[in-house]
Amino acid sequence: MDFVSIFNLTLGELIGVFTAAYALCALGLAMHFGYTGLLNFGQAGFAALGAYGYAIASLSFHWNLWGSFAFGVACAAAFALLLGIPTLRLRADYLAIVTIAAAQALYYAFGDSEWESITGGANGLSQFGTDFYKANPIPEGRYNLGIITLSQDEIWIRLVSWGLVALVAIILVVLTRSPWGRTLKGIREDEDAVRSLGKNVFAYKMQSLVLGGVIGALGGIVFTLASQTNQPTTWVSNFTFMTWTVLLLGGAATILGPVLGSAVFFMFLMLTQGLFEGLVNIGWLPFLTLAQVGQIRYLLVGIFLVLLVVFRPQGFLGNKKEMQFNG
Amino acid sequence: MTNATMRLKRSWILFGTAMAVLFSVLMSGAPAAHAATEANTQVRANVHQESSDPSSWEYSIGGSLLLNGKGIKGVTVSAILGSEHYDATTDSSGEWTIAVPKGAEYKVEIVQSTLPKGYKPVNPVLTADLTQTSFAAVLFRFAGQTTTTQSFSDQLTIRIFAGLNFGLLLAMAAIGISLIFGTTGLSNFAHGEMVTFGALLTWLFHAVLGWGVVIAGLVAVLLTAAFGWSQDAFIWKPLRKRRMGLNQMMIVSIGLSIVFRYLLLLFFGGDTKDIAGGGNIIKLGPINTTDLTLWGMLIAVVSLGGVALFLTRTRVGKATRAVSDNAALASATGIDVESIIRIVWVVAAALTGLSGVIYGLELQANWLTGFDILLLLFSAVTLGGLGTSLGATVGALIIGMVVEVSSMFIPNELKYAAALVILIIILIVRPQGVLGKKQRLG
Repeated sequence: MDFVSIFNLTLGELIGVFTAAYALCALGLAMHFGYTGLLNFGQAGFAALGAYGYAIASLSFHWNLWGSFAFGVACAAAFALLLGIPTLRLRADYLAIVTIAAAQALYYAFGDSEWESITGGANGLSQFGTDFYKANPIPEGRYNLGIITLSQDEIWIRLVSWGLVALVAIILVVLTRSPWGRTLKGIREDEDAVRSLGKNVFAYKMQSLVLGGVIGALGGIVFTLASQTNQPTTWVSNFTFMTWTVLLLGGAATILGPVLGSAVFFMFLMLTQGLFEGLVNIGWLPFLTLAQVGQIRYLLVGIFLVLLVVFRPQGFLGNKKEMQFNG
Repeated sequence: MTNATMRLKRSWILFGTAMAVLFSVLMSGAPAAHAATEANTQVRANVHQESSDPSSWEYSIGGSLLLNGKGIKGVTVSAILGSEHYDATTDSSGEWTIAVPKGAEYKVEIVQSTLPKGYKPVNPVLTADLTQTSFAAVLFRFAGQTTTTQSFSDQLTIRIFAGLNFGLLLAMAAIGISLIFGTTGLSNFAHGEMVTFGALLTWLFHAVLGWGVVIAGLVAVLLTAAFGWSQDAFIWKPLRKRRMGLNQMMIVSIGLSIVFRYLLLLFFGGDTKDIAGGGNIIKLGPINTTDLTLWGMLIAVVSLGGVALFLTRTRVGKATRAVSDNAALASATGIDVESIIRIVWVVAAALTGLSGVIYGLELQANWLTGFDILLLLFSAVTLGGLGTSLGATVGALIIGMVVEVSSMFIPNELKYAAALVILIIILIVRPQGVLGKKQRLG
């Protein structure tokens, strides 16, 4: 078994694009759930709207980089308004059911052949990142970064996605410490108490839903820009569940938590992949095939999620008192 | 470490062992059957097989061949990678799934000679990209010849019948969700896996081991009930004792759903299983149905009626409703809440398993069957009003109808989306659900 290469691949996930994309989506969820107490189970829908919005704007409308980004983000914001208006006045679990249902409906619609000329149907869209990679200032070539070697485009997408993570994290730190953020925490703890202080709870919840959804859309955009492919099957509800795992792993009411959670999550996936494949190859796991290794990993993720919520609900960085999350 | 966490840890280990034993007992029966049905390949013997066995392949490509919403049967679809060909034939609903060994880009085409006369695909050759996902949907479309001979009213009758059937199937599983939600407050995301469990066990007993359909179904229902019992005994009861929050429990159920689903995938493989070959066709006016479907509907109606009688006429049923209304008050009047919850879990799991058995027999089943309909189940429960059994039944019938009737007007692949959109609309207009009471709102 090649431990060095497994180790290097695992460390490579620390700066991986998917790690950054999941970190962004989980930061959005931290806004929703950690700081406002909203149960959003449709983060895959927000990310999908970002990704499809970007791809469709650049492929069908021929908009430039900024226009495409803005369109993807605007789609997610509109989705948040659409879902929030009817459900934010209701009990928390209605938002959960409506968001997961809406995200799934979006997934069906994006994969349908009816609008194939725009959405690409079941095959999805590809090659929509031309403008993005044209904007790359790094000269062409392969760069050795110690443990991994990357091309200029691979470095560019990593710079942009982690730049976005840093930007979003800073904005969230500022926001959650502001009076606005304290009001949100108040809503999470006791909605009626905040209402009795004369605050418009509905408006605060709506702002949080839109903001978190937009952050999720950014995650969706960088997720698909990495390989310039956007397939509808990426945006199944499993995407949402993985994002929740990432969030709970790090700590729901923290800013660094989702980032750390995402890094640990992807390093765990890569490490187990390498180890299991190695063990299968040298014949130590005769009852497993290589194809089943991927399945075992998801099995472990599920077990991990259960144990995490049962034994350490506050995650790595959270404060147990702050995160009782009863609703 | 406190006593409670010790107990919890122990019950985890117990549960893990119980599941492992259960699965290994189930699987050890399978190789014997392999010899019996050697002619029909596609039999998953056990997990020790070589990766040349298609049923152990993780990747698959699928879709459905439809003309005006009706499936085209018996057409061969071929996935090509280099010189390797992987074939599948469409079933009566036009659906096909090809299991393939690795994640790559496959060329997918219809074998034109197997198409019925006059059918011409608009896009005969497509690609399926499995480099990022383990499943790719490929949709061939057919142009021209709209040879609809059915009148609108006939079509509507057919769709309503199909909707009734689907609604009844959903209702059995939805009542399960509703009973558990009512008594414990848990939104159980691992509920769909009990549907899958029932369906795949029926496949194992009937198609692999060759047992009679009735025996196979009964044993599958009993085992699903045992599955429900053990979930409550080893997971939910300890968590209730720890006074875990409801949202937290919901996330635990999401984790469990992932665990169960991938266990099912590991043991049963990723291919879609035809359990009973569809049954014998029976004509009822414009409706083409099968004896299996009619039996399934009859069993569903009887068992739904049974649940209604149980809840309204028996002492335990009345106690269940009391616990749903107010657990603390029920406990104060001498009802043993924990044992009621245990009974509810067993009844709910049995009903859900039964729904899976019938679903698998009438249609087909794979490891994702239950997960695919989970959202429809939640929609049904929410639509009817959270926590009421009658509401769940009505909600399920509405969802079933919407799914089937909407496919007359919108593309077939969007019919589930239609049900979800209806859910959202009804929640906007009447948030408490069709039969729910106002005070259930927050």
